[in-house]
Amino acid sequence: MTAHSIDKATTSDIVGQFGARPELLVQVLQTIVSRYGWVSETTIRQLATELNLSRADVHGVVNYYHDFRTEPPGRHIVKICQAEACQAMGSRALTDHARESLGASLHETSDDVTLEPVYCLGNCACAPAVMVNGKTYGRVDQDRFDALIGSMKEAASDGN
Amino acid sequence: MTATKVYVPRETSAVSVGADEVAVAIAREAKQSGTSIELIRNGSWGATWLEPLVEVEVDGARIAYGNVSEEDVPAMFAAGLLEGGEHKRRLGPIMEVGYLIRQDRWTCWRCGLIDPLSLQDFRLHQGFNALEKAFAEGPDAVLDSVTESGLRGRGGAGFPTGIKWRTVAETDADQKYIACNADEGDSGTFSDRMLMEGDPLGLIESMAIAGYAVGASKGYIYLRSEYPLTYAILTRALETARDSGWLGDNIQGSGFDFDIELHLGAGSYVCGEETAMLESLEGKKGIVRYKPPLPAHEGLFGKPTVVNNVITLASVPNIVNLGGERYAGMGVNRSKGTLAFQLAGNIKRGGLVEKSFGVTLRELIDDWGGGTASGRPVKAVQVGGPLGAYIPAAQLDTPLDYEAFVDIGAMIGHGGIVVFDDTADMAQQARFAMEFCAIESCGKCTPCRIGSTRGVEVIDRMIAGEKREENYDLLVELCDTMEDASLCAMGGMTPYPVRSVLKHFAEDFASSGGDR
Repeated sequence: MTAHSIDKATTSDIVGQFGARPELLVQVLQTIVSRYGWVSETTIRQLATELNLSRADVHGVVNYYHDFRTEPPGRHIVKICQAEACQAMGSRALTDHARESLGASLHETSDDVTLEPVYCLGNCACAPAVMVNGKTYGRVDQDRFDALIGSMKEAASDGN
Repeated sequence: MTATKVYVPRETSAVSVGADEVAVAIAREAKQSGTSIELIRNGSWGATWLEPLVEVEVDGARIAYGNVSEEDVPAMFAAGLLEGGEHKRRLGPIMEVGYLIRQDRWTCWRCGLIDPLSLQDFRLHQGFNALEKAFAEGPDAVLDSVTESGLRGRGGAGFPTGIKWRTVAETDADQKYIACNADEGDSGTFSDRMLMEGDPLGLIESMAIAGYAVGASKGYIYLRSEYPLTYAILTRALETARDSGWLGDNIQGSGFDFDIELHLGAGSYVCGEETAMLESLEGKKGIVRYKPPLPAHEGLFGKPTVVNNVITLASVPNIVNLGGERYAGMGVNRSKGTLAFQLAGNIKRGGLVEKSFGVTLRELIDDWGGGTASGRPVKAVQVGGPLGAYIPAAQLDTPLDYEAFVDIGAMIGHGGIVVFDDTADMAQQARFAMEFCAIESCGKCTPCRIGSTRGVEVIDRMIAGEKREENYDLLVELCDTMEDASLCAMGGMTPYPVRSVLKHFAEDFASSGGDR
């Protein structure tokens, strides 16, 4: 995942993949965000034009859904489940630990890592659950969390 | 010599605790030892506490090994894994694992058993038999079986499926739809996911049967975005079904056309509410619609639509195959058949337990779950997701029955059972219920949009010890307003967990650790 702004041609390509059907706006945005991490104001304007929707329509949808960020996230996205099954297994303490070790509160980015809450990853029999760059992990205690972050950063530096 | 079959689940929970790494290690060891294996990535049997659970087929029996780690694999090979050799991880034949054999697997019976992406394996295990039977007997016979079965919606509302289907069937329209609600957002639930990952073709067959019964040619699956592996598996299963003529025009020469589009949600809990889901499927904000009109009359794009949860739909093929009467013979009272219960949270043996209605919470938590993971006493159990009541330990003998749960101010919902031990701070759980509602409210109605935020504030004051009695009364009044005046279950049922804490755990407001 990169935080680069999406270019105009790519946006058009994605709209094209969905046949420029306005009822697929959520799907178009999901594709953009899963690839680029966020949606810019420029992209919102372009989508409105190409899908024949008003800018207010597109803006409303972007703002409504938690998945659609309007600011570029860090290179890595770490989500910690905040819902009840994970709470019962210590997700509050795990979140405190993450805040401290990453130096970022929920919805914040530090050192290219964005920390976000998520309300259920469907991994409730392996709580607490965490998602790192789109992959779900279970039975995550503080040590395992540190190890996951460690290998996440290692993989990133190997990739460079 | 034929290759030995080795099963390693490709299912979110198993993968989340190392199943992919185990599969790689097994392939590597087999290669190094020059033995030929067929590695099958099955779904999970649902004994999640044993994941990663590896099976080896020996003389027709599948020998299971539980909690296998990547590091275990070389020693397991040395101990004769491929012959079912003795090892500390060995559990014995999968069909003798107590957690599984004591279940009533009506809906999830293929999960774990088959290769989810093999059409051949699916067909070998009755796959598409029910659709063929439906084609042979006609739509009315399907509607009759489903009605007779007493099946009720497993998403939470428990509406009779037969009535819903017949309503859509009898509504005239040029286009009708089947919308499968796979926005499984309740904490403590994962049965939809396990079904879709373990038996995706089964869901496709179920939707085709629904489409045939009501006269719909198009289906949608609305899948939550938190399930990326499920998305990948479903995408491939849909391709397989299309390529083999089980989806598309004139399915298997029946004259019936049906196809399915897979849509992703975008992290909104309220999109699990059926009308919000329909809005989202239309590409809009997931804002709840007024009812009436019912989706069965005017649903997706204004057309008659069957909206059913994954498990509801997936219960149908066996109802068609074995008859509605057989299904209705299981369960108790007006809660017919089985439910795929999910044991989660602070539980020693978490996982999926499909059982007939009437089993008690205590049986599920003790006999299957083995008590809490921490070994401490159970304090509270939240059933039915974030809108479900917290049930105190004293009420654990309540049978799982829709009406029995209503009687104690609770609900079964989607069958998620989240266990908390005696260290839980229930005042914080009540606060979270309101906070979650404030985060997820679609904003259309005032009691939900504003009430939830006020609720958090009132609870904070109670925790801080500020005019506790007055604020208690205010909170009860706020709960009344939200319950009576909200448009949907989001605001209307958020009071359930809050009230249950007030009723059973009021002392926690005094002892709470305070806001965090």
